[in-house]
Amino acid sequence: MQTSYDLLDRRGIIMLVLLGLFALIVPICALLVPKTSLFFMPPYVVALLGKYLCYALLALALDLVWGYCGILSLGHGAFFALGGYAMGMYLMRQIGTRGVYANAELPDFMVFLNWKELHFTWYGFQHFPYAALMILAVPGLLAFVFGWFAFRSRVTGVYLSIITQAMTYALLLSFFRNDMGFGGNNGLTDFKDILGYSVQSDQTRVALCVLSALALAAGYLLARAIVVSKFGKVLIAIRDAESRTRFLGYRVENFKVIVFTISAMMAGIAGALFVPQVGIINPSEFAPANSIEAVIWVAVGGRGTLVGAALGAILVSFGKTYFTGALPEYWLFALGALFVIVTLFLPKGIIGTLGEMWARHRTSPPKPSDKPSNMPAAAE
Amino acid sequence: MTKRLELAAIEPSRSFRSSTQSSAQIISSRLTEALAVFAALVTMIALSLFLSGAVRADEQPSFLSGFTTDKFADTEKAINSLGTSGLPMASAILEALASDRLVFDPETKTLLIRMSEAQVIGAADGQILEDIDVDTLKKVRINNAVRRALDAALGSLTLMSPDPIKRLSAAESAYKTHDPAVLDLLQQAIDKETDAKVKRMQLAAKAAIQALDPQASDADRLSAIEIVKARGDQDALSLLAKVAASSEGSIKTAAESGVTSIRANLALWNNVQNIWYGLSLGSVLLLAAIGLAITFGVMGIINMAHGEMVMIGAYTTYVVQEIIRTKFPALFDYSLLMAVPLAFVVTAIIGMAIERVIIRYLYGRPLETLLATFGLSLVLQQAVRTIFGANNREVGAPSFMAGSFDFGGLVITSGRMWIIVFALMVFGVLQLVLRSTSFGLRMRAVTQNRKMASAMGIDTNRIDALAFGLGSGIAGMAGVALSQIDNVSPNLGQSYIIDSFMVVVFGGVGNLWGTLVGALTLGVANKVLEPFIGAVLGKIVMLIFIIMFIQKRPRGLFALKGRAVEA
Repeated sequence: MQTSYDLLDRRGIIMLVLLGLFALIVPICALLVPKTSLFFMPPYVVALLGKYLCYALLALALDLVWGYCGILSLGHGAFFALGGYAMGMYLMRQIGTRGVYANAELPDFMVFLNWKELHFTWYGFQHFPYAALMILAVPGLLAFVFGWFAFRSRVTGVYLSIITQAMTYALLLSFFRNDMGFGGNNGLTDFKDILGYSVQSDQTRVALCVLSALALAAGYLLARAIVVSKFGKVLIAIRDAESRTRFLGYRVENFKVIVFTISAMMAGIAGALFVPQVGIINPSEFAPANSIEAVIWVAVGGRGTLVGAALGAILVSFGKTYFTGALPEYWLFALGALFVIVTLFLPKGIIGTLGEMWARHRTSPPKPSDKPSNMPAAAE
Repeated sequence: MTKRLELAAIEPSRSFRSSTQSSAQIISSRLTEALAVFAALVTMIALSLFLSGAVRADEQPSFLSGFTTDKFADTEKAINSLGTSGLPMASAILEALASDRLVFDPETKTLLIRMSEAQVIGAADGQILEDIDVDTLKKVRINNAVRRALDAALGSLTLMSPDPIKRLSAAESAYKTHDPAVLDLLQQAIDKETDAKVKRMQLAAKAAIQALDPQASDADRLSAIEIVKARGDQDALSLLAKVAASSEGSIKTAAESGVTSIRANLALWNNVQNIWYGLSLGSVLLLAAIGLAITFGVMGIINMAHGEMVMIGAYTTYVVQEIIRTKFPALFDYSLLMAVPLAFVVTAIIGMAIERVIIRYLYGRPLETLLATFGLSLVLQQAVRTIFGANNREVGAPSFMAGSFDFGGLVITSGRMWIIVFALMVFGVLQLVLRSTSFGLRMRAVTQNRKMASAMGIDTNRIDALAFGLGSGIAGMAGVALSQIDNVSPNLGQSYIIDSFMVVVFGGVGNLWGTLVGALTLGVANKVLEPFIGAVLGKIVMLIFIIMFIQKRPRGLFALKGRAVEA
C-alpha cells in the first residue's frame, strides 16, 4: 500500500473535490431546479444525504482511533449521541411557548413530569454559543476522563472494547430514566427553530446538509493533519507495537487520551449536525448495536484510510436505507453477512484492497518486502 | 343423614322455633324412632359445640331484626352480635349476606335466605318456607363498612370449622385484626384444638388481643407481649407499636423492647431475602457467563454470538414443549429434562460449525473475531425471527418448578431455587470435564501452549472445535433455564451478552472459579443495592464499578499469572 505523508494525497483530494461538488450541487438541485425536473432533489433526499454525511464524520472519528491508534471503541455512538443531546437541548429551548403546554421556560416533557423549574443541566442552553461549546465539551470531557483512567491502567485490546461498550450501555440505561432530565425514553423532539430558521424549511435542510459536507471535509483535514504529523507517527507506532513504543520512551497513555478525546469531539459534532436533520434524539442512539454498526462502516471502507471510513459509512447506510425499504426481513441478514465477509475476505476494506491492487499495478514486479505497514498485522 | 335432620327440623317449625327447641321436642315425642334419636343426638352434640348461650326465643332472635331495618349501621351491629351469638345458622346467614342472598319480608320483618329463584328458607332456623311471595322480599344491602364487619365476623366463625386449614386461616385473621370481640370464641377454640400448629396460631391471636386489652392483668399482658414478640412478623411489629403507644410502665417498656427486637429481626430477614435474590440473579449470570468463560476465558475467542446460543437453547426448549404438548401431554413435567441435553447438542453443533467456518480463520485477531461473531449474532437473531416470529414464545414451567414455599422469613420460589441448583451442577460438571477428562487435559494443553501441544500429538484443530462446541453447548443449556424466567424472544441473548462479558472480565479471564465468584458477587451486589437506589441505577452503578475495577485490575479478580496473559 502506498504511504503518503503529504497532507493531501490523491485519495484525499478526490474526496475533498467530491464533497465540494456535493456542496454546490445540492443547493442547486434542491432549491433552484424546478420541481418537475429530472434533477430536482426532494427535501427528504437532502435530509437523508445529510444523515449519511454525519455518519461518515462519525466513522472518520472512529477510524482515527481504531485505524491509527488501535483503540477499538465500541462506544463511539455514545459521544455521537451526547453531541446530539447537547444540540437537542438547544433546539428544545428554542421552542419556547410553541410547545404543547406553551411553557416559555420548560420543555414539554418537564411540564408533563410536573417539574416546576428547569433541570440544572439545561441552564444556558438557550444560547447557541454555549450549546456549541457543550457539543464539544461533553463528549470530549467524558472521553478524556474515561481514557485517562483506561489508558493509564493499560486496559487494551478487547478489554477496552468491552468496557467502552459497557460505558455506552450504562449511558443508555441512565438516559432512559426520566429523573435524568433528558426526556426519558421519548428523548427530545418536535424541534422548531435553529438560529432563528425553521428546521422544517427546505433552505435550512439544504444548509444543514451542506454544513455536514463541510464538517466532514474539515474533519477529514484535521484527522489527516493529525495522522501525517509526528504525533500521528507515534500513534501508528502505538498501534503496531505498543510495548515497544513505551520502551522507546513515549508516554503512550497521553497520546491515546489526546487522540481519543479529539475523536470523541468529532463524533459529538457529527451527532449535533445529525439531530436537526432527523428531528429527534432519544436514548436508543446509545444502544451498543449502533456503535458496533459504526465499526463495521470503518471495516467495510477500510480501517486506517480515513477516506475509506467515510465511504464505508455512506455505502452501508445507503444499503440499510435500501434494504429496510425493499426487503426489511433481510437487512439484518445482509448486515450480519457483511460483518463476516469483510472480516474474513476483505480485512483491509474496500479502499485498502483497492489501494493495494493499485500499488501492485504500479510497481510491477511486486516486491513483497516493499510493503510498509499501514495496516496492523494483528491487533495486540 | 342431613335429609333426616332437615325433616326433623321442619316438623315443629310452624312457629319459628329455634332448631335446638325442635330437636328437644323430637327427643321427647318420638323416642322410639331410632334414626330420629340418632339424628337428634348428632344435632345436640353439634349445637352444644357451637353454643354457649343458646337461643331460646320462640320468635326470630331479636338481634336479627337489625338486618331488616334497611340501615347500614343496624346491619353492621346485627353482624357483630350475630358473630358472637353462637346461632347455628350464623355462618349461613353471613355467607348469604356476602353473596347477596339475604332477604327480608318488609311486612313481617322476617329474615330469610334465598336458596334459588323460587325458594327461601328462614334465616333463624333454616326451614323451607313455601307460603311466601318471593317477589315482595327486599334484599339486605351492603356497603364497605358492612362488608368489613362481615369479613371479620365470618373469620371468627370459621375459628371452629372442622377443617384445620380453615381454622388456621381464621386464627391468622383473628391475629391480624386482634378484635377483642372474638376473644371468648377464641378461648373455646383453643380449649378444643388438637392440631398443634393451629393451636399455636390461636394462642398468638389470643395474645394479640390480650396485649392490647387495658383490663387484662399486667402479668397476662407481659406474657402476651412475649408471645407476640416471638411471632416477629410485620403484624406483630405494628401491634406492639400500638401497645407501646397506649400503655404505661413495664408494659410500655416490654412492648418497646419487643418493637426494637422485631425490627432488627425483620431487617435481618429482609437482608437475607435480598441476598437470596442476589444469589438467584447471580446463578442466572453464572449460567449465561459460564459458556463464555470457556470460549472467551479459556480459548480467548470473543464470541458476540454467545447470547444467541442462549437464545437458541431457549427456543429448543420451546420446540420440545410444543412437541410434548401436542403429542405426549403426559410427559410435560419431563420437558425440561429432555430439553437440556437437546439444547446442548443443538447449540454445540451450531457452535462447532461456526468455529470451523468462521472463527478458525481469525485466531490471533480478537477484534476481527468480535466483529465477525457480532455479524453472526445478527444473522442468527434474524433467522430465529424469520422462523418463529418476533413475538415472545410461551414456555411453561413443569409442576416441580412452580409455586413457592417459606423458609424461615424467606419466600423461596421453586423455579429460582432449581435454577441455582442447575447452575451449580453445570459448574461442577464443567470443572470435572476440564480437570479430570482426557479432553479437558488436551484442551488446557492447547490453550496454554498450542505449539507444544501440537508437537505432543494433539489434534489442535479438533480440540478447538470441540472446546468451542462445549462453550456453545453450555450456553444452550443456560437457555433452557433462562426460558423459565425470561421472555423467549429473538432478543433474549442480547440482554445477557454484556452482563456475561462483565462477569467473565470481572472474575478473571481463564479461570472458572473467577467466573463463579464474579457472577455471584455481581448478582448479590446488584440486588443489595436495588432497594436503595432502584433497579436501573443499581445496574448503572454496577457497570461503573466494573469499569473502575477493570482500571484497577485489568486482568480481573483472579488473574492468571505469568507470560500467557500478555498474549
